Amino acid sequence: MAIVEQIGPSERAVTWRERLGDAVRQREGLRALLLAGPGGAWLLFFFLLPTAIVFAYSFARRGPYGTVDWTFTLENYVRFFDWLYIRVFLVSVWLALLTTLICLLIGYPFAFVIARSPRRWRNALLVLVLIPFWTNFLVRTYAIMLLLRSDGLINNALQWLGLIDRPLTMLFTPFAVVLGLVYGYLPFMILPIYASIEKFDFTLVEAAQDLGANTWQVFWRVLLPLTLPGVLAGSILVFIPSVGAFVTPDLLGGGKVVMIANLINQQFLTVRHWPFGSAVSFVLMAIVLAATMLYFRIGETRRI
Amino acid sequence: MTAQAAVTTSTRRPVRRRISTGWTLLWLNVFLTFVFLYAPIIVMSIFSFNASRQMQVWMGFTLDWYVRMLHDERVRVAAENSLIIALVSTAVSTVIGTLTALALERTRFRVKSLYEGAMYLPIIVPEIVMAIALLVFFNLTFQGLDQLFGLRLNFGLGTITIAHIAFSFPFVAVVVRARLADFDRTLEQAAQDLGANDWQTFRYITLPLLMPGIIAGALLAFTLSIDDFVITFFNAGVGSTTLPLEIYGRVRRGITPDVNALSTVLLLASMLLVLSSLALQRRRSS
Repeated sequence: MAIVEQIGPSERAVTWRERLGDAVRQREGLRALLLAGPGGAWLLFFFLLPTAIVFAYSFARRGPYGTVDWTFTLENYVRFFDWLYIRVFLVSVWLALLTTLICLLIGYPFAFVIARSPRRWRNALLVLVLIPFWTNFLVRTYAIMLLLRSDGLINNALQWLGLIDRPLTMLFTPFAVVLGLVYGYLPFMILPIYASIEKFDFTLVEAAQDLGANTWQVFWRVLLPLTLPGVLAGSILVFIPSVGAFVTPDLLGGGKVVMIANLINQQFLTVRHWPFGSAVSFVLMAIVLAATMLYFRIGETRRI
Repeated sequence: MTAQAAVTTSTRRPVRRRISTGWTLLWLNVFLTFVFLYAPIIVMSIFSFNASRQMQVWMGFTLDWYVRMLHDERVRVAAENSLIIALVSTAVSTVIGTLTALALERTRFRVKSLYEGAMYLPIIVPEIVMAIALLVFFNLTFQGLDQLFGLRLNFGLGTITIAHIAFSFPFVAVVVRARLADFDRTLEQAAQDLGANDWQTFRYITLPLLMPGIIAGALLAFTLSIDDFVITFFNAGVGSTTLPLEIYGRVRRGITPDVNALSTVLLLASMLLVLSSLALQRRRSS
């Protein structure tokens, strides 16, 4: 009896403490579940699961009438290596790279001026960059379309000035697409570069000069290397949406400049070859992921 | 040239800046870039007041295109659809996004890093991929529901709204999380020392302090929804045309001046939205 009574309370104390711990842990788990749950569920059902289905489709066959026949095949990916589609891939990557380069050439000096301008101007200048950027992308693309048309303002002005006698064909060319992409994504380049130039310690320029560096040396050896993180971030932010652009090549390319997104659109809505369209989508995802990984890899090696 | 410019300012700052060729070229670049950014939308807006059907010749001022737009049944329906979708999508994605931000910043759970990485995916993945993924998913789900329960569902406002929430709430989470990251937690501790329970602390301390971030997130979600074309295009059905879809349809059919009027209205609406959000943030922070 005595022994039992002695053991009793201590046993009870242990279970009490355990129960309390469990309760606290459960409450914390419950809170995490309530907070993370809705977002997780939405992401699972309306993003991850759909993407997984597309991945599965990309290994399926096309059935009659545009249906999907669930037999495993690699033919969709093999088909992509047809010159017809490789060309689309190359055109997309090339136009996206060109867009990135042009944005960099305009954006770097632009960001430099803003970062070196009087403090009270900076915010105003940045807001001026962002206002058109925050307006509807489709509308902005349409606005470019208006200017480039054969009876558009640019052609009218050039003809009026007597510089050309027949209107130039600008719309529905790679030029129009790159122009539209630069117009759309230039702020993505300017903002990160601005952020890194703004943080840059300009006494380093004086130090370099005291050590005998000339203007170009100061730029190439001091300013550019130290603001490279901004350049890289800007480049990736411009490249990714450019390579997957749909509206710009659709409206400004007018079917004459076909990029990956237009191919996907065509396979899904016109040809109704969903498995092949899915495979092309995954090729696009692979390009984007490769670019992102390259960005992080460069970032890492630079930090060491 | 850039470096030369840097040198001139930093070494001679006390002296009045000598206007060098470097700086002239730099400012010229800034000026031309602004012309490039604004000219297309300004030209478009001006020509929405042009009396001519033939668009690029100025024939005098008119408000005809705007009057015509106001009486256009298709435009009215599209505007209503856009607004309904944007309001519902904003409300839901603001709540989910805020909860997600709190989960990422304030709780610990086993798969958190995976969860965090997955949250950024809708931001990185190209729009077209997300668009067709949702198209395929809804199509398959509707087929399944039809076969299993005889339930006939179709693409429409519902599918568009669900899709908009899916790409908006991670953006809300990012914005709210930034606000949470530089949050003075001693205020919450003080409240708890004064006897507030968890809910009271959240309701009266955390939530009010987070509000500017939440409002900024909500405005972002609204703008993303109103402006979206690609994902809406692939997940719309009969009768669920939104304003961007309507504009796209008209542009594809041939450019007429009424598109200019419609585009100008949409342009002004999103500008107003952004400027008011900026003003709001400025007032809150000062």
